[in-house]
Amino acid sequence: MVQLMRRRRTEGTGRPTSDSAQVAASKTRLIDAIPIPQGDPLETLLLTSGGPVQLRDLDLESEALASIRAAGVELIVPLIGQGELLGALYLGPRLSDQPYSTDDRRLLGSLASQVAPAMKVAQLVREQQAEAEERERIQQELQVAALIQQTLLPKELPAIPGWHVDAFYRPARAVGGDFYDFIALEDGRLGVVIGDVTDKGVPAALVMATCRSMLRAAAQRHTSPAAVLADVNDALVPEIPPAMFVTCLYAIIDTEAGELVFANAGHNLPYVRTADGVIELRATGMPLGLMTAMPYDEKSYSMASGEVMVLTSDGITEAHDPDGEMYGFSRLMSRVARKPSNGDMVAAVVRDLEEFTGADVEQEDDITLVVVRRTSSAQDSAQTFEETGRVLDTFTVASEEGNERIAIDRVTAVVVPLGLDPGRLERLKTAVGETVMNAMEHGNENRPELEVGVEVIATEESISVRVTDQGGERPIPEATTPDLEAKLAGEQTPRGWGLFLIEQMVDEVRSTSGGGAHTIELIMNREGAA
Amino acid sequence: MESVFEATVTTSDRGAVVVMTGTVNRSAKEALEAAYEEATSMSGRVLLDFRRVDYINSTGIAVIVGILAMARAEDRVVAAFGLTDHYREVFNITRLSDFMTIYDDETAAVAAG
Repeated sequence: MVQLMRRRRTEGTGRPTSDSAQVAASKTRLIDAIPIPQGDPLETLLLTSGGPVQLRDLDLESEALASIRAAGVELIVPLIGQGELLGALYLGPRLSDQPYSTDDRRLLGSLASQVAPAMKVAQLVREQQAEAEERERIQQELQVAALIQQTLLPKELPAIPGWHVDAFYRPARAVGGDFYDFIALEDGRLGVVIGDVTDKGVPAALVMATCRSMLRAAAQRHTSPAAVLADVNDALVPEIPPAMFVTCLYAIIDTEAGELVFANAGHNLPYVRTADGVIELRATGMPLGLMTAMPYDEKSYSMASGEVMVLTSDGITEAHDPDGEMYGFSRLMSRVARKPSNGDMVAAVVRDLEEFTGADVEQEDDITLVVVRRTSSAQDSAQTFEETGRVLDTFTVASEEGNERIAIDRVTAVVVPLGLDPGRLERLKTAVGETVMNAMEHGNENRPELEVGVEVIATEESISVRVTDQGGERPIPEATTPDLEAKLAGEQTPRGWGLFLIEQMVDEVRSTSGGGAHTIELIMNREGAA
Repeated sequence: MESVFEATVTTSDRGAVVVMTGTVNRSAKEALEAAYEEATSMSGRVLLDFRRVDYINSTGIAVIVGILAMARAEDRVVAAFGLTDHYREVFNITRLSDFMTIYDDETAAVAAG
């Protein structure tokens, strides 16, 4: 009449349960395995009993104890390992009808102390086997999901004269539902898709595959991106599992005219780097697969030569650094605003992201990036804005003390959108202030009726600020390093820092004279150390 | 464009603090020198508090050089705190930081006293 009640952890819930094994001899009656719930007073008592417990000595408010008593149990032998109640032996009356003696209890206690470690080992082995099987199942599912995605992503990038198209996709270990696609349309137009299915693994991959097929079919039926998204949305709603949806941006590029028409179903906004800074291409619309008959906003944008459109998935903007800070849209925008030194925007964004998250950190979500750059067009001359430069602002200030601050503020207002590194921006501001002060004081002799002209020009490589006074042609004094010791000793005037500061603050200073005017040009490269 | 500058002096057993507000340029000379004189009426070092300074130009640097020259002539220690990263860089480039210890914040500056 012995019953072994063994505890084990149930996968998923972690709650204890029991199963049984009969270890009784013939002429015995099997006692049902009666579980002792965690937190039951009987559990606490058994954990602290130090050996077998006779039920006749117990007075506890315990449902488990009542059931055990009702089953005819006289003695409970707890099996304890590492402070945990692994199970218990339930013993009914002795066959001799004699009570359990002290020797009996000591023998059973000794037996329990040897059984418990073996049970613990068995329990751990079972758990590890279950975990290994689960890992293998997940791994297989991930391989299937990755295979589906990689099979359906474009094998080649479009090669279009006057355009450069690049893409990057790196799945997370758990494979999200990112996708992108290029669809060749009539008249040389190009459809560009980027999307993200909520959820991960095989379910997301299957929805991605369905959505991609629907997009490709709808793109051939409609010339309007909004109509394509509305069509796909209506088709997807009855097919998509509950609580799943797809964010997606679809753009059609007229590769001859540079005209871009786009619609957006709740996806990250595309950025376009222009000569005047980075702009967002906004169009509103609900994600696909939520409700039928949704309207989609349609917008257009004319891409000039040299402009770059960057499409991303939220795996980039929602990546975290080791302190938990998110990469975010403003950092992405700032990165897009700066021209990569080798022109490779994809590599520049990925590198910036990796520097932010740390190199050895497991990627949280899929990362997808599509970059479309207009390199030239038939209408344009051979030169793009990168080569000629674009005037961002032109203004004048009167030669009155303090007006250099006006110039600083106006230059700052047009330079900030270009995404110049904040440290370099501060340097440029100081250089502009000093140059305008020099122009007012030395060029225009502080005569308020004489103005100082300021022109701000952006090229792909640099920002240039030209400051012109009316002091006529004159040689610019050589900037020398001030002798601070001599100034502190009172041997020299404490002044004379302006030219030195200007030269130290920017990458290059040029001086030109002509027509009664004198111009200092400050050049600050858009890329470079702060 | 009119620039505004104010300098007030607070004192403690750790020395005097010249609290500057506004623009440090040539117009700040008189007020800053007066504050320095007031600060040196007691013994100990003089701390320059730049937290409320929004702009420093080369004429302002000249004013600070003038203060450092006065301090040097009377063996007075001058230190500073509250500079932005940019103006710390400017003070490094001009070597003002060789003659004036620059602390990250008031706590560090006071603790060093």
